[in-house]
Amino acid sequence: MAFKIIASQCTQCGACEFECPSGAIKFKGETYVIDPIKCTECEGTFETQQCASVCPVSKTCVPA
Amino acid sequence: MSAPMISLQSLSGTTVFDQLPAGAKSGACASSSCGSSAKPHEMDSAVWEKIKDHPCFSEEAHHYFARMHVAVAPACNIQCNYCNRKYDCANESRPGVVSERLTPDQALRKVIGVANEVPQLSVLGIAGPGDACYDWKNTKATFERVAKEIADIKLCISTNGLALPDRVAELAEMNVDHVTITINMVDPRIGAKIYPWIFYDNRRYTGVEAATILHERQMSGLEMLTARGILTKINSVMIPGVNDEHLIEVNKWVKERGAFLHNVMPLISDPAHGTHYGLSGQRGPKAMELKALQDRLEGGAKLMRHCRQCRADAVGLLGEDRGQEFTLDRLPDKVTYDASKRETYRAVVARERGDRMAAKSEALGMVKTAGSGKSLLVAVATKGGGRINEHFGHAKEFQVYEASPKGISFVGHRKVEQYCLGGRAEDKSLDGVISTLEGVDIVLCARIGNCPKDRLKEGGIRATDAYGYDYIETAIGALYAAEFGSEPLAATA
Ligand code: SF4
Ligand code: SF4
Ligand code: SF4
Repeated sequence: MAFKIIASQCTQCGACEFECPSGAIKFKGETYVIDPIKCTECEGTFETQQCASVCPVSKTCVPA
Repeated sequence: MSAPMISLQSLSGTTVFDQLPAGAKSGACASSSCGSSAKPHEMDSAVWEKIKDHPCFSEEAHHYFARMHVAVAPACNIQCNYCNRKYDCANESRPGVVSERLTPDQALRKVIGVANEVPQLSVLGIAGPGDACYDWKNTKATFERVAKEIADIKLCISTNGLALPDRVAELAEMNVDHVTITINMVDPRIGAKIYPWIFYDNRRYTGVEAATILHERQMSGLEMLTARGILTKINSVMIPGVNDEHLIEVNKWVKERGAFLHNVMPLISDPAHGTHYGLSGQRGPKAMELKALQDRLEGGAKLMRHCRQCRADAVGLLGEDRGQEFTLDRLPDKVTYDASKRETYRAVVARERGDRMAAKSEALGMVKTAGSGKSLLVAVATKGGGRINEHFGHAKEFQVYEASPKGISFVGHRKVEQYCLGGRAEDKSLDGVISTLEGVDIVLCARIGNCPKDRLKEGGIRATDAYGYDYIETAIGALYAAEFGSEPLAATA
């Protein structure tokens, strides 16, 4: 269970990186990527996935 | 009295103070007066000290000083319908647009590079894309690094206000004297039409609920800044049919809460920008509509009329963008700050400025003694320094002044497409210039050919280069007296 970022949509604003409670999001090469091992889908911490909630572009942070 | 005319061109590599012809007039000595939107003697001297080198906070300063923006805080916590962070275009100039995002270390390198080359630099701003208070780690790191190297640079941020209350204490600690908050509404029902969502307290809010939270945070942030004596400028985007009438109410609210300036900016919307408003066909206001609204706001919170809605990575004087000269790849890897150019420039400005203030107060006297109830709208081509020193065909914008029994005031600027490109005069763009100058009575410039002059005349606009290189106010004062005064035109030198 993890989220992923659709790279072609991402504006690389980085908002998701600092909202992620699990430290699962990093800037790699040209884009932000979610480490599926670290991602918890925010379960137990927040009601909604923080990356998807803060991302300015809809359908960019989505279930993997 | 004539002040020494110094060309800073050799010093700065910019053309702010053009080589002045020997006969250029200068003002007489008189009591000093000057305008931001207020004159220093009407203004607390501590406030004047804060704004006198800030081109956005002081209309007077914008003739002399330059700002630069660094885009270090790209993350944002709200969505505005007029913003799209996804696309950049190097040819356009609008808030939020940048060509490069910087890390705090890259930003430091860029600020030093610019400070070494652009002696007019006085302000470093962080203005998006994204929100400086939300993306706080980057903002703070940048300010701390720059302040350590260049102690006298003013720090300035723009914010949507949502995260502002959390940052006021630290802003005060870092001596951030100028904060701009974008406030487009005080009625959340109107807010809901401007902001599709906000991200607050770890979740996304939409609709009226979102706008209510944003509104409350904006107001408390403003009050907290006022309580600490930090100057605030309120930016409002005028969106016809959405919040244009409502901005009168916004003006009242922010005035009550101590806002120093209110800057009403026209919505920029174009389908090519990919913003919600651009795609939905929401139009922006025309120049005269904006002016009409600003005139109705007179008497409320002080208005800023010289905003250029610059790109978020703009560098240079307002109305000029040299950002493309200072991209990272053009900067040396290692830069060391050299204060000499900025110091020399400041000394020259101090002299030139005193002289211009004297000229201005003399000009105001001329307008008042003309004793006419009429008003005159004058468009000026200038490169800065408060003088008429740009050729008609080279002007990318005109600064518009109104002379009336109340005095001479700056009312705004109008962007035009340059009429002379590469030496060739373009007829089509001249038509554009004429329609942009709608409502203007007279155009003042350093030089103009007979052909465009005649064409302007057919369009009902007079143009003259008779006052080339004079101070703007001196020329307008003389013109006004010549138009409406009963006395013959007084000597101006
Ligand atoms: S879903 Fe939550 S844990 Fe997973 S990447 Fe997004 S913010 Fe991080
Ligand atoms: S918040 Fe969205 S747009 Fe911003 S970096 Fe993350 S995925 Fe990209
Ligand atoms: S956008 Fe307006 S407020 Fe910002 S620097 Fe430009 S002129 Fe000043």
